[in-house]
Amino acid sequence: MEQPVVVSGLVKSFGAQQVLKGIDLAVNRGEILAILGKSGTGKSVLLRLLIGLEKPDAGSVKILGQETTNLPMDELNEVRMKIGFLFQEGALYDSLNIAENVAFPLRRHTKLSDAERDKKVRALLLSVGLSEDLEKMPSDISGGMRKRVGLARALALDPEILLFDEPTSGLDPITAGEIGKLIRQLREERKVTSIVVTHDMHAAHYVADRLVMLKEGNILISGTWEDLEKSKDPFVAEFLSDAA
Amino acid sequence: MTTSVTTATPEVHPAATPIPDILTPAIEWFGELGVFLARVVKALFTRPFEWSEFLHQLDAAGSKSLPLVALAGAATGVVLSLQSRDSLVRFGAKTMLPTMLVFSMIKEMGPIITGLVASGRIGAGIGAELGSMKVTEQIDAMEASAVNPWKYLAATRILACIVVLPLLTLTADACGILMGWIANTLAEPISLQLFMNRGMSGVMFTDFLPSTFKTLVYGFIIGAVSCFQGMRTTGGTAGVGRSATSSVVLSSLFIIVADVVLVRLIQFLFP
Repeated sequence: MEQPVVVSGLVKSFGAQQVLKGIDLAVNRGEILAILGKSGTGKSVLLRLLIGLEKPDAGSVKILGQETTNLPMDELNEVRMKIGFLFQEGALYDSLNIAENVAFPLRRHTKLSDAERDKKVRALLLSVGLSEDLEKMPSDISGGMRKRVGLARALALDPEILLFDEPTSGLDPITAGEIGKLIRQLREERKVTSIVVTHDMHAAHYVADRLVMLKEGNILISGTWEDLEKSKDPFVAEFLSDAA
Repeated sequence: MTTSVTTATPEVHPAATPIPDILTPAIEWFGELGVFLARVVKALFTRPFEWSEFLHQLDAAGSKSLPLVALAGAATGVVLSLQSRDSLVRFGAKTMLPTMLVFSMIKEMGPIITGLVASGRIGAGIGAELGSMKVTEQIDAMEASAVNPWKYLAATRILACIVVLPLLTLTADACGILMGWIANTLAEPISLQLFMNRGMSGVMFTDFLPSTFKTLVYGFIIGAVSCFQGMRTTGGTAGVGRSATSSVVLSSLFIIVADVVLVRLIQFLFP
């Protein structure tokens, strides 16, 4: 399967507002794709549609060759286990500590012994640069740490696809850079396919192999950073000026 | 040249009268609640059952509500004893006080006080917790990691509420009767044994069991309404506050309405 994520004619409305107006998109295996656009252009909605948290009004979503838009819950969950999702604020479970958060999907979907699970949790947290304070609660750690823990949790089931919703938002430039490095490192080590929704042009420039810019529910332009730089579109130029 | 213009007058059929705006949100709410409960029931019968979360929720809903329910039951018993004593003395029926107290506690006061206190304590907790999880995308994260939140979060909490309410009711009944005896003894000493003998002399299982088990319905109402309100929270932290409040208000309201229906039903089934 050379294109683990294929989206065609995707339409999504909320009330009278049509957020996505027919998106066609295919992501190659091992590729890091950045989805750019102003706030409210449907970037995060697109990610939620990919993992089945929203149902599209029209169009199709194929994940690893399987059409997911009308799958029953059980089958959709089988697909979801192959996808890791890093939410914007980490979305860590408040009632569980760092280690328990990462262990949560392992407890539910694997038959690892307690010792094996603990070992895997430590390895996952180490892979995102965390080796201490694993008993701390989410409310006691920084935003950067929350994203790292969220990323470790997203990696727990060894996903083939990773979805990142604003992975660098709210972070200082150094921590944002570290998260960017992690995303690239994951591709090198795990060969995962990644889709990164962001409006952080520095991060997009650094991590992405290809960029897609959304405007008013449609794809305005798709290509490499150089392709975007060559664009004469004033909207694209204005966006890129942020990274200059 | 003349042109005739005819204007079609729309025919309004009485059956097509639009639903008043005030009713639409209520109908939508019940419809969404129905869909939510259908999902929960379906999830409930899908293996594996979340036993550890269920036990955790039993503890959260049960043991942590116990002191409050016991206190409320005790206070009710004292008040019943104090208020009734004067009236019964006036009618020369003060020996009936234990019977009246026991009947009042087990048939109505214990169950309804437990239901209302639990709707405040448990309902607000569930509404706020799930509401907070919803607005911080924790429920989405759970769904994204292939864990069914209707099973893990809602079904376990609703079942826990159903199980603990009768147990809490027994606690409220016991505390109410005990404190009623103490209040009575302070005015006119009477042994606990005599008080209980008089109180329980006319009580039958048909008085005790239906009244206690009707709180299963209260538990269902508290669990279902609070989980539903929590899991549909929108609007950030303000929304969490609204969900907690509406969980308590709606479950209390439905408990009172259900009480009316259940009392009539019990009278019909156990005449």
